[in-house]
Amino acid sequence: MQSSKPVLLIEDDDVDAMTIRRAVEDLKVAGPLTHVTNGEEALEYLRRQGSEKPCIILLDLNMPRMNGTEFLKVVKSDEALKKIPIIVLTNSSEQCDIVSSFDLCVAGYIVKPVDYERLVQALRTIDLYWTLSELPNGGKGPRFAGTR
Amino acid sequence: MRNSKPVLLVEDDSVDAMTVRRAFKDLKVLNPLVHSINGEEALAYLRDWSNEKPCVILLDLNMPKMNGTEFLKVVKADTDLRKIPVVVLTTSREEYDIVQSFELSVAGYIVKPVNYKNFVEAIRTIDLYWTLSELPEQKWGDKDAKFKASVAD
Repeated sequence: MQSSKPVLLIEDDDVDAMTIRRAVEDLKVAGPLTHVTNGEEALEYLRRQGSEKPCIILLDLNMPRMNGTEFLKVVKSDEALKKIPIIVLTNSSEQCDIVSSFDLCVAGYIVKPVDYERLVQALRTIDLYWTLSELPNGGKGPRFAGTR
Repeated sequence: MRNSKPVLLVEDDSVDAMTVRRAFKDLKVLNPLVHSINGEEALAYLRDWSNEKPCVILLDLNMPKMNGTEFLKVVKADTDLRKIPVVVLTTSREEYDIVQSFELSVAGYIVKPVNYKNFVEAIRTIDLYWTLSELPEQKWGDKDAKFKASVAD
Protein backbone atom coordinates (compact mmCIF):
# COMPACT_ATOMS: atom_id res chain seq x y z
CA MET A 1 0.00 0.00 0.00
CA GLN A 2 1.67 3.18 -1.22
CA SER A 3 -1.09 5.39 0.07
CA SER A 4 -2.86 4.86 3.37
CA LYS A 5 -5.20 7.77 2.87
CA PRO A 6 -8.78 7.10 3.84
CA VAL A 7 -11.57 6.18 1.46
CA LEU A 8 -14.59 8.35 2.28
CA LEU A 9 -17.90 6.48 2.13
CA ILE A 10 -21.04 8.62 2.02
CA GLU A 11 -23.97 6.31 2.68
CA ASP A 12 -27.11 6.76 4.76
CA ASP A 13 -28.12 3.10 4.88
CA ASP A 14 -26.49 1.40 7.88
CA VAL A 15 -26.76 -2.08 6.45
CA ASP A 16 -25.21 -1.02 3.12
CA ALA A 17 -22.40 0.79 4.95
CA MET A 18 -21.73 -2.26 7.10
CA THR A 19 -21.72 -4.55 4.07
CA ILE A 20 -19.27 -2.30 2.22
CA ARG A 21 -17.05 -2.12 5.31
CA ARG A 22 -17.08 -5.90 5.56
CA ALA A 23 -16.23 -6.27 1.86
CA VAL A 24 -13.40 -3.78 2.17
CA GLU A 25 -12.08 -5.70 5.19
CA ASP A 26 -12.33 -8.97 3.28
CA LEU A 27 -10.19 -7.35 0.60
CA LYS A 28 -7.70 -6.41 3.34
CA VAL A 29 -7.73 -2.69 2.70
CA ALA A 30 -4.85 -1.03 4.43
CA GLY A 31 -6.26 2.50 4.43
CA PRO A 32 -9.11 3.37 6.77
CA LEU A 33 -12.71 3.62 5.57
CA THR A 34 -14.28 6.82 6.86
CA HIS A 35 -18.06 6.71 6.90
CA VAL A 36 -20.48 9.62 6.94
CA THR A 37 -24.24 9.38 6.45
CA ASN A 38 -25.05 12.28 4.11
CA GLY A 39 -23.56 15.00 1.91
CA GLU A 40 -23.71 17.67 4.59
CA GLU A 41 -21.76 15.55 7.03
CA ALA A 42 -19.28 14.71 4.27
CA LEU A 43 -18.67 18.38 3.49
CA GLU A 44 -18.15 19.08 7.17
CA TYR A 45 -15.57 16.29 7.29
CA LEU A 46 -13.81 17.42 4.11
CA ARG A 47 -13.63 21.05 5.25
CA ARG A 48 -12.56 20.33 8.82
CA GLN A 49 -9.04 21.55 9.54
CA GLY A 50 -6.70 18.64 10.06
CA SER A 51 -8.96 15.93 8.66
CA GLU A 52 -7.03 13.84 6.17
CA LYS A 53 -8.36 14.26 2.65
CA PRO A 54 -9.55 10.97 1.17
CA CYS A 55 -7.91 9.45 -1.92
CA ILE A 56 -11.34 8.68 -3.37
CA ILE A 57 -14.97 9.18 -2.38
CA LEU A 58 -17.66 6.48 -2.69
CA LEU A 59 -20.98 8.30 -2.94
CA ASP A 60 -24.54 7.09 -2.51
CA LEU A 61 -27.19 9.19 -4.28
CA ASN A 62 -30.43 8.86 -2.32
CA MET A 63 -29.77 10.35 1.10
CA PRO A 64 -31.63 12.71 3.40
CA ARG A 65 -30.53 16.31 4.05
CA MET A 66 -27.99 16.63 1.25
CA ASN A 67 -28.22 13.97 -1.43
CA GLY A 68 -25.46 12.77 -3.74
CA THR A 69 -26.21 15.10 -6.64
CA GLU A 70 -26.35 18.16 -4.38
CA PHE A 71 -23.07 17.07 -2.80
CA LEU A 72 -21.46 16.65 -6.23
CA LYS A 73 -22.51 20.16 -7.27
CA VAL A 74 -20.89 21.68 -4.18
CA VAL A 75 -17.68 19.65 -4.37
CA LYS A 76 -17.14 20.19 -8.09
CA SER A 77 -17.33 23.95 -7.65
CA ASP A 78 -14.95 23.95 -4.67
CA GLU A 79 -11.34 24.60 -5.75
CA ALA A 80 -9.90 22.68 -2.81
CA LEU A 81 -12.08 19.58 -3.25
CA LYS A 82 -12.88 19.29 -6.95
CA LYS A 83 -9.86 17.16 -7.76
CA ILE A 84 -10.84 14.22 -5.52
CA PRO A 85 -12.23 11.42 -7.74
CA ILE A 86 -15.83 10.55 -6.83
CA ILE A 87 -17.34 7.19 -7.65
CA VAL A 88 -21.10 6.81 -7.33
CA LEU A 89 -22.15 3.59 -5.55
CA THR A 90 -25.93 3.41 -5.50
CA ASN A 91 -29.03 1.26 -5.91
CA SER A 92 -30.34 3.48 -8.67
CA SER A 93 -29.86 2.36 -12.25
CA GLU A 94 -32.06 5.20 -13.51
CA GLN A 95 -30.64 6.74 -16.67
CA CYS A 96 -31.41 10.26 -15.38
CA ASP A 97 -29.25 9.61 -12.29
CA ILE A 98 -26.45 8.21 -14.45
CA VAL A 99 -26.52 11.16 -16.86
CA SER A 100 -26.72 13.83 -14.15
CA SER A 101 -23.81 12.18 -12.30
CA PHE A 102 -21.58 12.08 -15.39
CA ASP A 103 -22.64 15.64 -16.17
CA LEU A 104 -21.07 16.45 -12.80
CA CYS A 105 -17.97 14.54 -13.90
CA VAL A 106 -18.00 11.51 -11.62
CA ALA A 107 -15.16 9.04 -12.15
CA GLY A 108 -17.43 5.99 -12.27
CA TYR A 109 -21.02 4.96 -11.51
CA ILE A 110 -21.53 1.55 -10.00
CA VAL A 111 -24.87 -0.02 -9.15
CA LYS A 112 -24.51 -1.89 -5.84
CA PRO A 113 -24.75 -5.59 -6.50
CA VAL A 114 -27.30 -7.23 -4.20
CA ASP A 115 -25.26 -10.41 -3.90
CA TYR A 116 -22.37 -10.10 -1.40
CA GLU A 117 -19.78 -11.96 -3.50
CA ARG A 118 -20.49 -9.69 -6.42
CA LEU A 119 -20.19 -6.63 -4.19
CA VAL A 120 -16.73 -7.81 -3.12
CA GLN A 121 -15.89 -8.33 -6.80
CA ALA A 122 -17.06 -4.80 -7.64
CA LEU A 123 -14.98 -3.29 -4.84
CA ARG A 124 -12.01 -5.35 -6.00
CA THR A 125 -12.34 -3.84 -9.48
CA ILE A 126 -12.66 -0.33 -8.05
CA ASP A 127 -9.53 -0.97 -6.00
CA LEU A 128 -7.62 -2.41 -8.96
CA TYR A 129 -8.45 0.59 -11.16
CA TRP A 130 -7.66 3.22 -8.54
CA THR A 131 -4.46 1.41 -7.68
CA LEU A 132 -3.42 1.57 -11.32
CA SER A 133 -4.41 5.24 -11.56
CA GLU A 134 -2.31 8.04 -10.18
CA LEU A 135 -4.07 10.31 -7.70
CA PRO A 136 -3.78 14.08 -7.26
CA ASN A 137 -2.91 14.08 -3.59
CA GLY A 138 0.39 12.31 -3.95
CA GLY A 139 0.96 8.65 -4.56
CA LYS A 140 -1.58 6.17 -5.69
CA GLY A 141 -4.39 4.62 -3.78
CA PRO A 142 -6.55 3.30 -2.30
CA ARG A 143 -4.19 0.36 -2.49
CA PHE A 144 -6.40 -2.21 -0.87
CA ALA A 145 -3.75 -4.71 0.17
CA GLY A 146 -4.02 -8.09 -1.43
CA THR A 147 -5.00 -6.92 -4.86
CA ARG A 148 -1.48 -6.16 -5.97
CA MET B 1 -16.45 -1.66 -21.99
CA ARG B 2 -20.05 -1.75 -20.89
CA ASN B 3 -21.48 -0.92 -24.28
CA SER B 4 -20.31 -1.34 -27.85
CA LYS B 5 -19.68 2.32 -28.59
CA PRO B 6 -16.26 3.32 -29.86
CA VAL B 7 -13.36 4.23 -27.59
CA LEU B 8 -11.68 7.44 -28.74
CA LEU B 9 -7.90 7.39 -28.44
CA VAL B 10 -6.24 10.81 -28.64
CA GLU B 11 -2.55 10.08 -29.15
CA ASP B 12 0.11 11.64 -31.38
CA ASP B 13 2.65 8.84 -31.10
CA SER B 14 1.90 6.26 -33.77
CA VAL B 15 3.81 3.47 -31.99
CA ASP B 16 1.85 4.05 -28.76
CA ALA B 17 -1.40 4.11 -30.73
CA MET B 18 -0.48 0.84 -32.37
CA THR B 19 0.29 -0.67 -28.96
CA VAL B 20 -3.16 0.32 -27.64
CA ARG B 21 -4.76 -1.17 -30.74
CA ARG B 22 -2.79 -4.39 -30.32
CA ALA B 23 -3.74 -4.62 -26.62
CA PHE B 24 -7.43 -4.18 -27.52
CA LYS B 25 -7.10 -7.00 -30.01
CA ASP B 26 -5.23 -9.29 -27.61
CA LEU B 27 -7.84 -8.66 -24.91
CA LYS B 28 -10.67 -9.10 -27.40
CA VAL B 29 -12.13 -5.73 -26.50
CA LEU B 30 -14.98 -5.43 -28.96
CA ASN B 31 -15.33 -1.66 -28.96
CA PRO B 32 -14.02 -0.07 -32.13
CA LEU B 33 -10.97 2.10 -31.47
CA VAL B 34 -11.13 5.51 -33.12
CA HIS B 35 -7.79 7.27 -33.24
CA SER B 36 -7.16 11.03 -33.39
CA ILE B 37 -3.64 12.41 -33.29
CA ASN B 38 -4.32 15.59 -31.28
CA GLY B 39 -6.98 17.46 -29.37
CA GLU B 40 -8.07 19.50 -32.36
CA GLU B 41 -8.72 16.44 -34.48
CA ALA B 42 -10.51 14.76 -31.56
CA LEU B 43 -12.82 17.76 -31.11
CA ALA B 44 -13.62 17.76 -34.81
CA TYR B 45 -14.55 14.07 -34.51
CA LEU B 46 -16.68 14.64 -31.40
CA ARG B 47 -18.53 17.58 -32.94
CA ASP B 48 -19.32 15.85 -36.20
CA TRP B 49 -22.92 14.74 -35.70
CA SER B 50 -22.55 11.82 -38.04
CA ASN B 51 -19.96 10.18 -35.74
CA GLU B 52 -21.07 7.98 -32.89
CA LYS B 53 -20.01 9.48 -29.56
CA PRO B 54 -17.41 7.38 -27.73
CA CYS B 55 -18.18 5.66 -24.42
CA VAL B 56 -14.73 6.55 -23.06
CA ILE B 57 -11.88 8.81 -24.20
CA LEU B 58 -8.25 7.75 -23.68
CA LEU B 59 -6.17 10.93 -23.72
CA ASP B 60 -2.47 11.53 -24.10
CA LEU B 61 -1.19 14.81 -22.65
CA ASN B 62 1.83 15.85 -24.68
CA MET B 63 0.64 16.45 -28.22
CA PRO B 64 1.21 19.14 -30.84
CA LYS B 65 -1.47 21.66 -31.90
CA MET B 66 -3.93 21.06 -29.05
CA ASN B 67 -2.52 19.16 -26.09
CA GLY B 68 -4.42 17.02 -23.59
CA THR B 69 -4.96 19.74 -21.01
CA GLU B 70 -6.26 22.20 -23.58
CA PHE B 71 -8.55 19.50 -24.95
CA LEU B 72 -9.86 18.72 -21.44
CA LYS B 73 -10.65 22.39 -20.81
CA VAL B 74 -12.75 22.58 -23.98
CA VAL B 75 -14.52 19.24 -23.44
CA LYS B 76 -15.37 19.87 -19.79
CA ALA B 77 -16.85 23.28 -20.66
CA ASP B 78 -19.03 21.75 -23.40
CA THR B 79 -22.41 20.64 -22.04
CA ASP B 80 -22.74 18.03 -24.78
CA LEU B 81 -19.35 16.45 -24.28
CA ARG B 82 -18.53 16.87 -20.59
CA LYS B 83 -20.29 13.70 -19.52
CA ILE B 84 -17.98 11.40 -21.50
CA PRO B 85 -15.43 9.93 -19.06
CA VAL B 86 -11.88 10.92 -20.01
CA VAL B 87 -9.00 8.71 -18.85
CA VAL B 88 -5.50 10.16 -19.20
CA LEU B 89 -2.97 7.69 -20.65
CA THR B 90 0.43 9.33 -20.74
CA THR B 91 4.14 8.92 -20.13
CA SER B 92 4.19 11.88 -17.75
CA ARG B 93 4.15 11.19 -14.03
CA GLU B 94 4.68 14.85 -13.16
CA GLU B 95 2.66 15.85 -10.10
CA TYR B 96 1.69 19.04 -11.92
CA ASP B 97 0.11 17.11 -14.81
CA ILE B 98 -1.69 14.75 -12.41
CA VAL B 99 -3.19 17.54 -10.29
CA GLN B 100 -4.18 19.63 -13.28
CA SER B 101 -5.89 16.65 -14.94
CA PHE B 102 -7.91 15.80 -11.82
CA GLU B 103 -8.84 19.45 -11.42
CA LEU B 104 -10.33 19.08 -14.88
CA SER B 105 -12.27 16.05 -13.61
CA VAL B 106 -10.58 13.19 -15.42
CA ALA B 107 -11.89 9.73 -14.53
CA GLY B 108 -8.44 8.20 -14.11
CA TYR B 109 -4.77 8.99 -14.83
CA ILE B 110 -2.67 6.09 -15.98
CA VAL B 111 1.04 6.22 -16.70
CA LYS B 112 1.74 4.08 -19.77
CA PRO B 113 3.67 1.01 -18.74
CA VAL B 114 6.78 0.59 -20.90
CA ASN B 115 6.59 -3.19 -20.86
CA TYR B 116 3.93 -4.62 -23.24
CA LYS B 117 2.67 -7.23 -20.77
CA ASN B 118 2.06 -4.54 -18.15
CA PHE B 119 0.50 -2.35 -20.80
CA VAL B 120 -2.02 -5.09 -21.62
CA GLU B 121 -2.73 -5.47 -17.88
CA ALA B 122 -3.44 -1.74 -17.63
CA ILE B 123 -5.84 -1.84 -20.58
CA ARG B 124 -7.48 -4.94 -19.04
CA THR B 125 -8.09 -3.04 -15.80
CA ILE B 126 -9.47 -0.02 -17.67
CA ASP B 127 -11.80 -2.32 -19.61
CA LEU B 128 -12.87 -4.17 -16.44
CA TYR B 129 -13.66 -0.94 -14.60
CA TRP B 130 -15.61 0.66 -17.46
CA THR B 131 -17.54 -2.57 -17.90
CA LEU B 132 -18.51 -2.50 -14.22
CA SER B 133 -19.40 1.18 -14.33
CA GLU B 134 -22.60 2.41 -15.91
CA LEU B 135 -22.18 4.86 -18.76
CA PRO B 136 -24.46 7.73 -19.73
CA GLU B 137 -26.72 6.95 -22.66
CA GLN B 138 -25.91 9.94 -24.76
CA LYS B 139 -28.84 12.03 -25.74
CA TRP B 140 -27.49 14.63 -28.05
CA GLY B 141 -30.47 16.92 -27.82
CA ASP B 142 -31.47 19.05 -30.73
CA LYS B 143 -28.33 18.51 -32.73
CA ASP B 144 -28.92 14.79 -33.03
CA ALA B 145 -32.58 15.25 -33.82
CA LYS B 146 -31.67 17.80 -36.48
CA PHE B 147 -29.08 15.46 -37.90
CA LYS B 148 -31.50 12.57 -38.01
CA ALA B 149 -34.10 14.83 -39.61
CA SER B 150 -31.59 15.93 -42.24
CA VAL B 151 -30.66 12.33 -42.94
CA ALA B 152 -34.32 11.36 -43.18
CA ASP B 153 -34.84 14.12 -45.73
